Amino acid sequence: MSTSIILLIILIVGLAAYFSGRARAMASSNGKLSALHSLPGYHGVYVAIWSVLPAAVVLAVWLIASPFFVESALRASLPQEVTSQGAATTELTLGQVMSVANGLKLLNTDELAAVTNGSVNLRDALGAKGVPLAGDGELYMVKAAQDYNTMKENSRWAMSAVVLVIAIAGAVFALRGISAPFRARNRVERVMLGALLVASSIAILTTVGIIGSMLSEALRFFNSVSPSTFFFGTVWDPRFSAAGSGGTEGQFGLLPLLAGTLYIAFVAMLFAVPVGLFAAIYMSEYAKPVVRGIAKPLLEILAGIPTIVYGFFALITVGPFLRDISAQLNGLVTGNYVNFIQAQSVLTAGIVMGIMLIPFVSSLSDDIITQVPRSLRDGSLGLGATRSETIKKVVLPAALPGIVGALLLTASRAVGETMIVVLAAGVAARMQLNPFEAMTTVTVKIVNQLTGDLEFNSPQTLVAFALGITLFAITLCLNIYALYIVRKYREQYE
Amino acid sequence: MTDMTSSVQSAYVRPAQARRDIGIKRRYAAERRFRAYGVAAILTGLFFLFLLLWTVVSNGYTAFQQTAITLPIEFSEKIIDPKNERADNPAKLMTANYPLLVRDALVKALAIDPSNRALVKQATDMVSASARTQLRDIVIANPAVIGTTVDVALLAEGNIDSANKGQIDLKVAEANRKVKDQQLAWMKTLTETGAMAKQFNTGLFTYGASSRPEAAGIGVAALGSLYMMLIVLALALPIGVCASIYLEEFAPKNRLTDLIEVNINNLAAVPSIVYGLLGLSVFINFAGMPRSAALVGGLVLTLMTLPTIIIATRAALKAVPPSIRSAALGLGASKMQTIFHHVLPLAMPGVLTGTIIGLAHALGETAPLLLIGMVAFVVDFPGSPMEPSTALPVQIYMWANEAERAFVERTSGAIMVLLIFLVVMNLGAILLRRRFERRW
Repeated sequence: MSTSIILLIILIVGLAAYFSGRARAMASSNGKLSALHSLPGYHGVYVAIWSVLPAAVVLAVWLIASPFFVESALRASLPQEVTSQGAATTELTLGQVMSVANGLKLLNTDELAAVTNGSVNLRDALGAKGVPLAGDGELYMVKAAQDYNTMKENSRWAMSAVVLVIAIAGAVFALRGISAPFRARNRVERVMLGALLVASSIAILTTVGIIGSMLSEALRFFNSVSPSTFFFGTVWDPRFSAAGSGGTEGQFGLLPLLAGTLYIAFVAMLFAVPVGLFAAIYMSEYAKPVVRGIAKPLLEILAGIPTIVYGFFALITVGPFLRDISAQLNGLVTGNYVNFIQAQSVLTAGIVMGIMLIPFVSSLSDDIITQVPRSLRDGSLGLGATRSETIKKVVLPAALPGIVGALLLTASRAVGETMIVVLAAGVAARMQLNPFEAMTTVTVKIVNQLTGDLEFNSPQTLVAFALGITLFAITLCLNIYALYIVRKYREQYE
Repeated sequence: MTDMTSSVQSAYVRPAQARRDIGIKRRYAAERRFRAYGVAAILTGLFFLFLLLWTVVSNGYTAFQQTAITLPIEFSEKIIDPKNERADNPAKLMTANYPLLVRDALVKALAIDPSNRALVKQATDMVSASARTQLRDIVIANPAVIGTTVDVALLAEGNIDSANKGQIDLKVAEANRKVKDQQLAWMKTLTETGAMAKQFNTGLFTYGASSRPEAAGIGVAALGSLYMMLIVLALALPIGVCASIYLEEFAPKNRLTDLIEVNINNLAAVPSIVYGLLGLSVFINFAGMPRSAALVGGLVLTLMTLPTIIIATRAALKAVPPSIRSAALGLGASKMQTIFHHVLPLAMPGVLTGTIIGLAHALGETAPLLLIGMVAFVVDFPGSPMEPSTALPVQIYMWANEAERAFVERTSGAIMVLLIFLVVMNLGAILLRRRFERRW
């Protein structure tokens, strides 16, 4: 029986349990519903929970655990001469037996008989069915594969039976407990509370998953490359060594990537902060409600546009524009029409990322500026200051901590941005200061290392996780500090 | 007397003039400048918004049209099935020489000497290589067509399509140009006879990935995106709502709750690419799920969307006034009943608004999908979320890396489709909020 059919059966049993629980509660009330502690529906749900929940848990545990048991039984059944040849050979043979096992299911009885008594070559027989085999199969493999198949089959039947029995037993047990004074609602609500708790712990689990998975993969990377050469290396050159070439090891220096990331983020902030901040000041202090009602949502459209669209914009419009205009400028000044800005450059990526960040800066600072109490403004205006003086000398200093928090949040977004830099910043890992040249970022290299054919154990792919955890750590610090500032600031004026 | 008054007046006026000189003008000028900076900042933002949209639309609106060449194709039995084997061996029809049919039709329509190989080659290059499968599908669907002549609208090759739309610079020397002068002349005659015409590009919405722009479409990618959105909706909405209810209504004020809160706020700001690394390492390497599958993409996007939904839901729950809760509790409802029967329904518009905005965000997300192998060349529609598929923004990314002019046009067209989806979703969220928002 397939898993989905078992699940369906459990659900049907649960549904039946619900109705019988409800009917039993009704019956035990002797026609007077007010005699019941809980509504009949709660009794029904109570019974249904008893039938579905344990069965589902057992099903899940069985599905996860049984492959391990079956595999270890198979491992034990391999002949001595295979297991004595070391772990690698054993794994290889194991994989072969499993593909034989898959292939055997496709054979009909005649072919199966021929294969079992060895009169037909196993490899040819399975190859004809579209199951490729790495080497010539041996007879013990057929036997092992057959055992493996039977074990899997048996496990599946046992699982179906056990799960069904548990579902029915749970329902019967719960049904027997139902009576008029039974507090079914309280029990059901306790289960619901448990479910709510589980749902909210998924947020924690995600963080644990992020840190755990990246840390473990990064540690595997640091087994082959020492952390000091990674964190302080100045050359990024992760060569993919050809198999068996003796492995000229690539160089994994983080610094050029980090420099590019911070440089591009800096250019982006240089563009986004003045524009966003002035837009926020104008909208919160000067604009009439009509203007604000139009301009604010329009600017926020910029935040809703997917970053891949910004990347395309950089690639198609901004990059070529900067390249051509630099060639023209150069031509006017020196007579030599050669562009000094590359199409893919720090400047291109920075400007386009800056455009993306404008709405973040403006709406975050807008919120913070409007939170500054009216009384501060009135005091300043009453003393004869102009509006701009009030803003510069009173409102902004009062809002400064909050704005710094907002800017840090924006910076964390700039550091973690991927699609714009993938398309606009280039892939050359260099350490230099010219904003007109291409540089690359941590996120670009994560994408580069993990797309394409990958062999998962090489440092070339594992380095992506080391880069990822570095990125995560940077943004985590920025975020936590920013959230702390923003929260503290909010409390100040509440 | 008059002397005195005048001296008093002058004594009174002089300091007033001195006071006026302390810089009111300068201060007002500074005020006007400051205001102008604000206006300039907003206009800069709006300018870039319109430039961005204009870039996409001006490059992309032509993608919704495609040049087709309608030719009378003679389904000659001599070419398709010379030995008359199709009754015994239907596979023969799959491998027949269909390009030859196209060639013959072109030679006839353009009156070319069939022995002039170079000329014939130039002519056949005008028709997309996908004509082969197109004719094959016609024959296989209806074998009776063999032996007759039928008008078939064949897709023009990508560069011919671009030239027909006026996107290829004809001033460039012929040798450096993808479209030759002879082909341009033929295009003119074909257009005059009505054989070559632009039609609505249905292929853009129905085809999958292809290395030939004229046969590439976003249909397959859109289906992958749809699968992922359904998974995100089915998982993130219930989990997000449950988590918010717990945190907002039940959670005791202690360290653990604080930790969860900080955590959720922080997760909302984690770079999306980190979620891709999580998906690759946990779902694919550890749990052994298939690469490139919409299922994994959906799970990753679910984790990414959850914080957004939780934050929106908590705000919506907070906005329901305590009087509702007190009334329900006072009438004897349990806490769980109060929340599920009264508070949650009242908060639902806010919850759905947050969910739609989260979904819109997930729909446009690209970076995590690149890491879990969805940068795949997927030609066929995935039958289930377990099969290899790709997503709309990933398709845009892959096309953006192609050099041909026809792909630029298609990239922009695909972006327009994506943006239309996003606009519709956001408008839906706004309307929902307008329609059901309550002021207490």
